[in-house]
Amino acid sequence: MAERFKIAIVGSGPGGLSAAARAAERGESHVLLEAEPHLSNTIFRYQKGKFVMDEPGILPLRAPVPFKAGSREAILDGWDEAAKRLKINVRHKHEVSAIKQASGGGFELKCGNGQTITADFVVMGIGLQGNIRKLGCPGEDLPCVQYQLDDPDEYSGETIVVVGAGDAAIENAVALARQNNVVIVNRKDEFARAKKGNEQAILKAIEDGRIECYYNSAPERVDALSVGRKKGRMILNTANGKAQILIDRVIARLGATAPRAFVEGCGVTFPSKDPAAVPAISAQYESNVKGLYIVGALGGYPLIKQAMNQGYEVIEYILGHKVEPADEPLLKARFAKMPGFRTVDEALARIQKNVRLLAAITPLQLREFMLDSDIRTPKPGETIFSRNDYTNTFFSIVEGEVQVVVDEAANKRIALRRGEFFGEMSLISGRRRSATVLAGANCVLIETPRRSMNRLIASVEAIKRAIDEVFILRVLQSRFAPEASADQLADVVAAARLERFKAGDVLFNEGEVGDCLHLVRVGSLTISRNIGGKDVVLSYVPAGNYVGEMALMGESRRSATARAAIASETVRLDGESFKKLVNRIPVLRLRLQSEYRQRTAANLAMQALPSGGDVISFLLAQGAGEATDILLIDESLCVRCDNCEKACAETHGGTSRLDREAGPTFASVHVPTSCRHCEHPHCMKDCPPDAIHRAPNGEVFIADNCIGCGNCERNCPYGVIHMAYKPPKKPGLIQWLLLGRGSGPGEAPYDSHEHAAGEIKKAVKCDMCKDLSGGPACVRSCPTGAAIRISPEEFPAYAQSRR
Amino acid sequence: MHDSILTYARSRYLWIASALSAASLIAYNLYDPGGPPNGGTWLGYTLGTIGALLIVWLMLFGMRKRRYGSHTGTLRGWLSAHIYLGTSLILIVLLHAGFQFGWNIHTFAFVLMLFVIFSGFFGVYVYLRYPNLMTRNRESATRDAMLDEVAEIDQNALALADGIDPKIHAIVLRSIQNTRLGGGVWTQLRAHDGSDIALDSLHAAMAERDKRADMKTTEMPTMFAMVDFLAGRATDKQGEAMRALIDLISRKKGLATKVARDIQYQAMMEIWLYIHVPLSFALLAALIAHIVSSFFYW
Ligand SMILES: Cc1cc2nc3c(=O)[nH]c(=O)nc-3n(C[C@H](O)[C@H](O)[C@H](O)COP(=O)(O)OP(=O)(O)OC[C@H]3O[C@@H](n4cnc5c(N)ncnc54)[C@H](O)[C@@H]3O)c2cc1C
Ligand code: HEM
Ligand code: HEM
Ligand code: SF4
Ligand code: SF4
Repeated sequence: MAERFKIAIVGSGPGGLSAAARAAERGESHVLLEAEPHLSNTIFRYQKGKFVMDEPGILPLRAPVPFKAGSREAILDGWDEAAKRLKINVRHKHEVSAIKQASGGGFELKCGNGQTITADFVVMGIGLQGNIRKLGCPGEDLPCVQYQLDDPDEYSGETIVVVGAGDAAIENAVALARQNNVVIVNRKDEFARAKKGNEQAILKAIEDGRIECYYNSAPERVDALSVGRKKGRMILNTANGKAQILIDRVIARLGATAPRAFVEGCGVTFPSKDPAAVPAISAQYESNVKGLYIVGALGGYPLIKQAMNQGYEVIEYILGHKVEPADEPLLKARFAKMPGFRTVDEALARIQKNVRLLAAITPLQLREFMLDSDIRTPKPGETIFSRNDYTNTFFSIVEGEVQVVVDEAANKRIALRRGEFFGEMSLISGRRRSATVLAGANCVLIETPRRSMNRLIASVEAIKRAIDEVFILRVLQSRFAPEASADQLADVVAAARLERFKAGDVLFNEGEVGDCLHLVRVGSLTISRNIGGKDVVLSYVPAGNYVGEMALMGESRRSATARAAIASETVRLDGESFKKLVNRIPVLRLRLQSEYRQRTAANLAMQALPSGGDVISFLLAQGAGEATDILLIDESLCVRCDNCEKACAETHGGTSRLDREAGPTFASVHVPTSCRHCEHPHCMKDCPPDAIHRAPNGEVFIADNCIGCGNCERNCPYGVIHMAYKPPKKPGLIQWLLLGRGSGPGEAPYDSHEHAAGEIKKAVKCDMCKDLSGGPACVRSCPTGAAIRISPEEFPAYAQSRR
Repeated sequence: MHDSILTYARSRYLWIASALSAASLIAYNLYDPGGPPNGGTWLGYTLGTIGALLIVWLMLFGMRKRRYGSHTGTLRGWLSAHIYLGTSLILIVLLHAGFQFGWNIHTFAFVLMLFVIFSGFFGVYVYLRYPNLMTRNRESATRDAMLDEVAEIDQNALALADGIDPKIHAIVLRSIQNTRLGGGVWTQLRAHDGSDIALDSLHAAMAERDKRADMKTTEMPTMFAMVDFLAGRATDKQGEAMRALIDLISRKKGLATKVARDIQYQAMMEIWLYIHVPLSFALLAALIAHIVSSFFYW
């Protein structure tokens, strides 16, 4: 007979633990099932001594277990103590592998260790870290096998087998090889999955014999040895038969299985295939499966305090109590600005009634959406954003109207009214705002940051569809025919499709018969021609522009090849319906023809200078295609004075965010290691407090609420983010000269170990000196003009200037 | 986009400096001081003041260079102006002094100024020429990467030598200890590293070995001591190892030469500033002395 409880809580992270604690405090029958032999595995696996932050600071904590900013150890100790004090019924090493609805009501939870437990309610708080992939062979749980490495310098003189081929495996192997004898085991015959720098590092280490590599190999068994000098033995299946290695330690870095498959297996549905999608849950955290609740990071709340509050609340809800959600006061403060505000619930209802787009989302999603968003009540005539700003927030109109300036010269405006939205273009393309928007009368807007909006788009299919439709219509209007009405464009819109391309994919080839036109919506393309057997890049087409119109304008065949420079998305416009549109609107034909002539001239100029195309190809190969602004150094001008780095350090608290010397060079064009302010910054992807933003001029910067988790450092493919302490203040030039105080201008950095207690390392990166009126200090401090910053649109002109 | 300090902003400062020079020349030719032209005339004072202000402004370049957060233009613009206006000083001061020189503080200041300016010319020359040389020499490796590789070769060479003979080991070790890249100003500028010597001894050892493969010599200088060993008992395997070792050390020599040259280029791009800047301070002092003395003792 399986044991029976009222509430089973799966996962003892901050969410699950706080739920269990509340249940215990209330004296309810409960069980807390945790896969690992300790509580809160995600926090347990933080680096030793890590300082954990309690963002968002304004949110009150509401949980029977303590939590405030402090060291990982202090927090974990506090939780262990609370679990004991409250007599939480925790079962360790109970990894839940299946949750089924039991025939007699309630749920049946199967655990990996063979036990089964039944419960009336299930609270799932398994986080997003997923389960670490183990070796998958006998011996995977031996003490000499580990799945994490805190400090590589802790080991020396050992024989260590590292299993895996990703960034973590490579970084560990390379670091360990300084003091140990390291063998790396790779299932495949290459390290293509890793970042470029890591791939180079490991290949070099293997070539130099510092690391031995078994390719096409997989572990078969690990045995503990009791005699001899080595602790164990590992047997590998290799392409040439079995191999045996005597080992001190095995470190497996095989990544984690995303928890999604397991959650779906429990019957919970996800709204879309997008990996960013989170399951839809009610305001009481209940999923589509009645009685199954979801809290914490899995439900889309990536911070500890939020997870803990939800754990508390979910138990109250299950017990049928009404609680005011912890975020109620925050929402109240948010809404205070809204004219006619009375209660939060009423304001939320009003928003859902007025803004069609938001009608489809759950109350919980709406609350979260509003927590992240800002209510804005601009005065009539106030600028909400300007054309060419780089901001990427999304606006919904709750009341009143706004004016979109479609044609600045003619002062032509169109009005958007209550219920409509705007700002979706920059959100999707990562590019500058395409028009200025001014506030109209009685305007109440919701401004939502990029991350929250993207998460909502990924989670709610209806929202994605609605936004895409409007996007296509508006992009047609703004790019081709501002004078056309929605009706006139209806045919083209109906025949339009969204298409995705991977980097390097061909949209169409030179010589093909053209039957469509592509408007780039995300990413960028290159246009190239085959000249003398060589593919020569003629131009670069950033998001917001179109290709393929030439074939529709008379020439029947494609005159050049279009390729995705990076992962891209286009709106494919059907040729027939587009031709009809052109026939109906004569100015459109003229407009297209004049643009066509300009392009042909530019292409001819490039063709006359085929080596220019090589420079563009080189830059694109460095990932410059996704940049909005990239630092280039002309090595034939650079006198290696490092003034650029000094300037960066001096204006940014002592740490230079650029490494001049590192990076590839082609024809004297050097791409140093420095932020490119990507269109869709990878660093923003996984930042728990959403601390990374884009400023109106395009600078991607990190705000002060960074919690130092290091995700962005790992996610940036160009290695330009560092973790650093805040430095002490520098003395002024005069003070230094006369009093010898501190370190002088451009002098070696401060002692980075010197920092106030409780201070943490935070992420630092290039912010293009957005706070300096003159612009980037690196560029302005280069005595010879070798350092410049340009955007990819300027590549063709740049390539031509360098003959 | 990328253009040199000379062509910056379509050589805007060349035109400004030329205009300034032309204006001074015209004034000099039109103005009749009623005596020999010199610094004490009305025009002399004017030109002298212009010159002194220019010098002060040229010195401020060093200050601007270190005001990293400054928003007064770009350093490149400043340098372009520095070069052209600095050059025009020669003419302006010549006209100011009315081409009169003597063994006095005034002429001393003038000579100092010429030194500063001509060292500046040299600086411009290296700034325009050396970056390319450096890029070509490096072949897109970084200096640290080259140094790492040198260190690695050293390791491998030692390991190889260890397997051959203790004496060879000693030679290699000594060569490693003698490899000094960088160092004092002179070594930096000479671009030399020490691996030639080791390579020479190894080659000699190799040659000796081949020549005297079957000769017994006991009275050899120590450098060839291991040849006895090789000739006497060496197996072919050791000969191979020797060859591999020579290859390694040759490669290291190639690399080390590159690093040394890299350092040399960098030194060339920096060293002239050690003349330019101190002399410019000396100039400033001399200039003050000149002005003060002209006022008190003319
Ligand atoms: C490096 C790093 C640093 C961070 N720093 C901070 C910070 O300073 N401040 C902050 O507020 N947030 C921080 N975060 C975010 C924070 O860790 C998470 O938001 C939080 O842990 C989420 O809590 P949770 O309860 O949803 O899930 P988790 O904490 O992920 O807990 C899930 C638990 O469930 C267990 N589990 C999983 N699957 C099963 C199963 N099938 N059966 C049984 N048990 C299972 C796991 O072992 C684990 O113990 C950081 C994140 C990272 C990665
Ligand atoms: C405020 C600026 C200056 C003033 C007031 C000034 C003043 C004078 C005067 C009064 C004389 C005439 C002295 C004499 O005939 O004995 C003179 C001569 C001269 N000055 Fe200047 N001067 C100035 C700047 C400069 C500068 C910048 C230089 C160059 C470094 C310079 C170099 C000379 C020289 C070489 C002479 C000629 C000396 C000679 O006759 O032997 N002066 N100056
Ligand atoms: C009397 C005239 C001049 C004075 C007083 C002067 C002074 C200075 C000073 C103070 C610096 C700052 C160097 C540093 O702080 O690192 C400097 C740099 C420099 N000067 Fe001059 N200078 C003069 C004329 C010239 C001329 C005529 C030229 C060139 C034709 C020149 C070329 C340079 C160059 C290339 C630099 C180096 C810029 C850098 O790398 O930062 N100077 N000068
Ligand atoms: S930090 Fe990296 S990912 Fe982020 S914008 Fe800069 S280059 Fe792109
Ligand atoms: S900025 Fe980087 S380190 Fe800081 S919280 Fe965000 S992802 Fe983590």
